Formats: sequence, C-alpha cells, structure tokens
Amino acid sequence: MSDEIIRLTGIYKSFAGVRALIDVDLTIERSRIHCLVGENGCGKSTLIKIISGVYTRDAGRVVINGKEFDELHPITSIREGIQVIYQDFSLFPNLTVAENIALNEQLAEGRRLVNWREVRRIAQEALARIEVDIPLNARVEDVSVANKQLIAIAKALRQNAQLIIMDEPTSALTEREVRALFSVIRRLQQTGIAFLFVSHKLNEVLEISETIAVMRNGRIVSVGDRSEYDTERLTFEMTGQKIAERNYEFTPDVGAPALLRVEGLNAGAALRDVSLEVRAGEIVGVTGLLGSGRTELALALFGLLTVDSGDIYVENKPVRIRSVQDAIAHGIGYVPEDRLTEGLFLEQSIGRNVVVRTVERLRGALGFTDLQKMDAQVKEWVGSLRIKTGNPDLPAKTLSGGNQQRVVLAKWLASNPRILILNGPTVGVDVGSKNELHEMIKRLAGEGMGLLVISDDIPELLQTCNRILLLRHGRIVEEIMPPQTDANELAAKLVEG
Amino acid sequence: MNRLLRSNEVLVAVTIVGLCLIVGISNPVFFTVGNIFDLMRSSIVMGIFAMGVLIVIVSGGIDVSFTAIAVFALYSTVRLLNAYAPEAPFWLAFVIAGAIGFGLGMINAFFIARFNLPTLIVTLGTMSMFHGFLLFAIGNTIVRDLPPSLTAFSRATLVQVQMERGVANLHPAIFFTAVIAVLVWLLMDFTMLGRGVYALGGARDAAERAGFNIRRIQYFIYGLVGLLSGFGGMIYGSLNRQANPQDIVGSELNVIAAVVLGGASLTGGRGTVIGSLLGVALVVIANNSLILIGVPSVWQRVVIGLIILVGTGVPAIQERRARRRTGGSASGPTQPLQAAPAAD
Repeated sequence: MSDEIIRLTGIYKSFAGVRALIDVDLTIERSRIHCLVGENGCGKSTLIKIISGVYTRDAGRVVINGKEFDELHPITSIREGIQVIYQDFSLFPNLTVAENIALNEQLAEGRRLVNWREVRRIAQEALARIEVDIPLNARVEDVSVANKQLIAIAKALRQNAQLIIMDEPTSALTEREVRALFSVIRRLQQTGIAFLFVSHKLNEVLEISETIAVMRNGRIVSVGDRSEYDTERLTFEMTGQKIAERNYEFTPDVGAPALLRVEGLNAGAALRDVSLEVRAGEIVGVTGLLGSGRTELALALFGLLTVDSGDIYVENKPVRIRSVQDAIAHGIGYVPEDRLTEGLFLEQSIGRNVVVRTVERLRGALGFTDLQKMDAQVKEWVGSLRIKTGNPDLPAKTLSGGNQQRVVLAKWLASNPRILILNGPTVGVDVGSKNELHEMIKRLAGEGMGLLVISDDIPELLQTCNRILLLRHGRIVEEIMPPQTDANELAAKLVEG
Repeated sequence: MNRLLRSNEVLVAVTIVGLCLIVGISNPVFFTVGNIFDLMRSSIVMGIFAMGVLIVIVSGGIDVSFTAIAVFALYSTVRLLNAYAPEAPFWLAFVIAGAIGFGLGMINAFFIARFNLPTLIVTLGTMSMFHGFLLFAIGNTIVRDLPPSLTAFSRATLVQVQMERGVANLHPAIFFTAVIAVLVWLLMDFTMLGRGVYALGGARDAAERAGFNIRRIQYFIYGLVGLLSGFGGMIYGSLNRQANPQDIVGSELNVIAAVVLGGASLTGGRGTVIGSLLGVALVVIANNSLILIGVPSVWQRVVIGLIILVGTGVPAIQERRARRRTGGSASGPTQPLQAAPAAD
C-alpha cells in the first residue's frame, strides 16, 4: 500500500452557478499532519464535504487507498477510514460519554439491541488508546469542550479512522487544552493516522502541521512543507495581499482625567484588589489564563457581576455600576466574546440588531419607531463598518463570523460609548476580517474612545494595545508595554505561575 | 446513569409519599384498599397515554393530538362493533381501536417526517381535525350500550376485597398498563431504536450523521403513540361503560404535565419510564385525593398547577445552580467556552 490515503486531482464544484472549487489538487499522506487554511468562504468546507462524500463533485478524480471512486458516498468514505470531526463534534449532549463513543459503531454493525457491557468496554478501550481519562458515566453536556473533542476523536478511532479531518478544532479551546490536544494528535500520528486540520489560527497551524495547503477563492493557491511558511507568508497567501499591521502608538494627554479608573476592585475569588486606568485614546489589553478573572473584570465593569468592594470612577466622578443600565448610562459598552449567544439576535435582521441598543432614540411622533430614521442609521453603520451583506433585512445568522462581530460592534457604537470593553474581539474570525477589526479598534481609539481589549491572542494584544495588563488568580500581576516585549516572552508569562 | 435525573425521580417519589401522608393522616379513608384500588384504576389509562407522550417528548417533539386519537378510536370502534359485530370478543375491539389509532398516528408522522413540520403545530392541527371529523362524520351522541363482551370486560376483576360496604375491585387492565410500561422501558433502554429516539431528541444533526434514519424513527414514534392512544381510549371506554365522543379530549395537558413532572425535558433527549409513572401517580393522587382533605374541587386545578410549577421549576433551578458552580453555563453571562474548571 502506498503512503497516500487520498489523492484528489482537478476537483471542480459549483453551486447554482457559483464556483466553490476550481481545479483543486490535494494529496494526504499516512502518518502526517496536514493543514488546510483559508479565509471564510474560500471553499474549505466544500472540499471537506467532497472528501467525506457529502457533496458530489462536478469533475475531477478521487483516489482513496489506491482505489478510484467515480462516486463517493458518505458511507463509502467512512468505510475507507475517513472521519470528519465537525465543529459541533456531532455528539449527543444528553447521553453518557460511553454511549457517545460506542453508539455509531453499534449502529454501523446493524445491531438492534444495546449491550451496555459492550458499550462500556468499547468506550474504555477507545479512551485508553488516546490515553485520556474521562468518566464514562458523565453526560457529555457536563464535560468540557476539550473533553468533547477528545471523545469525538476516540469515537472516530473506533471506526478505524485512517484520516481524521478536524474542522476548526481549537476555536473553543484554551491554550492549555490546545497543548493537550496536540500531544494526543502527535501520539496518534505515530500509529499511522493522518490528520487534516482546517483552521485559520495561523500560529497553531504553523505549530502542528507538517504540510500546509492554502485555499483562496476556491483554489489551492499554495502547498508545501511547513518549513516554507511563516505567518506573513500564510497571511499573504490567504488574503492575496500584504497586510502589515503596525503597532498602536499612544501619546497621553497629560491634562485630561482618566476616562475610567478602577481602584481596589474585589469580587469573591475572581477579582482581588484590581486597580487600573484607561485614558481617552488608549487601548489597554487584559490577558490571563482562563479563571484568571479576565472575563469577570469585564462583567464587573458592565454591571453583570456583583463586586464586594472597590471604587469605579468615570472621568474622576465616582460611579456605581450595579446593572447593565448603569453601565450604559455611564458610557460603558461591552462586546461579549460569544457573539452568537450573547451579542446577537441571530434570527432577527441585521438592521434590527444594529439599532437594538438605541431604539429609544428612534422614537418618532406618537411613540412609534421612526422607520425611516432607523433605516438611515442602519445604512450608515453597515457602510462605515463595511458589513458585507446584500440586504440588512436578512437575519444576522446569514453573516460570516467576522461580519457578525462587526454587527455586534455597530450595535454598541450606535449608542456612542466612551469606554468600550471588547472580550475576545476576533475569536473565530478569519485573518482578513481580523485585521479590519483591529484597524477599526485603533480608529475608535484615535477618535478619543478608551478601549479595554480582553484577549489571549498574543499577536493581537501586541499589535493593537499600547499597554497590556496580565491577570493571574484575579490579580493584576504585571503591566507590559508591547514595544518592550515579544510574542514568546508574553506567551511564557501567560502560562507561568 | 445520571444523578440529576435520579434525584428528580427521588424528588417526585418523596413528594408522593409526603402527599399520601398528609392526605392519609387527615382522612384515614385514603389508606383503605378501596381508595388505593380506585387510584390504581384511575392511573390505568393515564399511564398508557404517558408512555406514548414520554417517547414523543424524549424525541424532542410534542403530541397534543393523542387524546383526539384515543376518543376517535374508542368511539368509532364501538360504533363499528355495534353495527356489524355486536358479538365480537373484547380483544377484537382492542385490535380495531389499536389499528385506528395507529393509522391516525401515521397521519401525524406523515406531516412531521415527510414535510419536517414542527410537531406541536402538526398535532394541534390534527387534534382539531380528528376530533372534528369524529363529531361531524361518525357521531356526536353518547353510546351507552357497549358490545356485551366489553361490558363483561368492564366487570372483570383481578383482586376482590370484601369491604364494610360492598367490595373493592382491582381491574385487570392495570396489567395492560404494566406490560406496556415494561415494553416501553425495554424499547427505550435496550434497543437501538430507543437509543435513536434519545439521540434524535439530544442532537438531531448528530443523529442523522451517525446513520439513524430519522424519518423512520419519526414514523415509528408517532405510529406507536397512535397505537397506544387507541388502546388507552378503548380501555377508558370499557372502564366507563360508555363511548362519549366528548371525553378524553382536554386531558392531554395533564398527561404531558405528569411526564414532565417525572423528569422528561420538553427540549428533548431526557425522560424515563419510571419517572413518567411516578409523575402519573402524583397527578392522579393529587386529582383524586384533595377532595378527601377538604380541598374544594374548584381549587384542585390550582393545587395541581402549583405542583407542576414547583415540581418542574425546582429541578430546573437546581440544575442551573449546579452549572454555575462548576463554572460552565448555558445561559448566564459567563463564557460557555470556559466551561472547564480552571487548571491554573
């Protein structure tokens, strides 16, 4: 048997006249970690679905394990050892870990009855193979995202996976969990299993992969060994343009009072004696591991977390923030990390999402909403934030990640906050949109807003912030100036302790 | 299997014991054999309905048409037998009622599986349709003369206890409910089909990807609910010795409430046979016994509503608290992405 698991040549695929894949060649070798990178909508997902047999190609050849397939059905693909782990993991939250691992296998064997002892045995073996320990009787909804991922891998292995395709596997994991995942992957690689990572987190792609394929607008524009790439080249290949991020420079206006000043904030074990200052035009980064209190800090400033003690001043005036309404009244805005559950009404139109915070101001005669005024405002924001949509009346869920994040931003900007807290502003956003969001953040600061950027994306912190606060166990342990550090040093500081 | 569910079942069981003690102490009649047999008799039909409702709710759907199916099956079977085969044995009545129920259930299944419509909308529609069709096309008068075999069946006794005044009878139909409950339990916990119902209710997309035939499972579910409703309706008519086309319809929410009280989640994926039976027991005891401690019958609905509210509210709040403690949350302001306990 050759070392190739899959060889795709000249694959074409169109949807209703839109060309999604154009002349795609891709080879995946045994025992190798491959990465497929590209911006949203470049055709990555389509390509995966061709490999997994979900979509039928329009033209091209597919050879799997040396056999040529004229037609590839999902079941054939699975039988040939190709397993796709989607972002939602395809797990059943209401069932136990053991059953989740064993269910597919039992189903594939055409069983009619469930042998619970067998289920446990299968699950035990599967978890032992990846050397992790997860309680078999726990319900999947009660385990962490990282464990869900490992369960999905264990499940794939039980079905004789030769190639495991992972769609954005690290988007919901913390730094530490990503390490753990990578070590499992490297171990499995030793046993002959190939991986295809689909990702847009460039630093992770560069760390784990051995072969990199970059897609842009439906084509594979570049393939090669890991050693041929660095962040700059990957960014260039993905976007087709050179994006050079400049650092953000801030010159304080000595006379003006700080926009936001926090003194001795305490909240249970989450925040301990936190003091900080944000001046007009500043972009202050807040970083730390999960559990360090970084999100709690944002929630406390936005009135969503009750604090035990501490003072908050807005432009030197002491304020009390006990609710979201208080925070908004004092000009504080918050863009949550999980834009899908916290930031957006996904089923509602883009336009309505933009104006939801300010709908009070759109009140016309008789107290009804002035629809013309609303349309004008929506149009203005869609234009100035470059939200890519054909029609702001479409539901927000039709937008890509980066554009959704922009709608959340627009929503907050529409209420003219003076202090804006951004939690993980570019989580799940591709590199092109990420740069645009960074530019937007800098522009806002340039216009005199004070920003607090909570993130564990180290390049992001270094490129956008003029100061970075490091949190550990609820305390600010260090203030870092980006020009005086680099990514490696910051990363080391982040995990130490 | 899961502590939360267990504790929910224990909670219901404790509530039942508590309620029994309160009622029994203030009125000793409660603990007489006669009363207990009465309670069991009242649970027979509701228990059967609850098994069907449980399966639907676990699959993530809801069926409000089963009462209409039940009365449709009962009434048309009785009219049919009276007209063409008054001497038919009682089991034939059950076969016919079951077949009618199954057929009507398949109509639900057709709309739900074929057109992928929301189950509540479909069954709300079919409930009106089935009941309206029954009243309009088959009959709207009460039939008091059942075929003799059914009348005999209604008088059957499993256990007879001599009381001070008269005798207390336990009807053998309780066996029917018990057998159905055991079969549903085996189906749900030990067959791939049953696990498919749980999988469908837990994550539909994942179930599809795993290779479950969702449509077939849905046809099975709604067909089975129809079948059970047909049986339930027939037993109801036999026990009451009449077929009233206005009966049963209107009690669907009581049954659904009983199943939810027993720990089934309206969002699907969760629910057990034992829990549902306990829920039925609680609702039946509350229904039949409040009068014994002097709660006026107009207040019974209020009390039952309160039990449902507290019974389903407390576990939900407990669950939310538990989640918050472990740091994860499905709804609160903390980040779902950080559901794992901090490792640093």
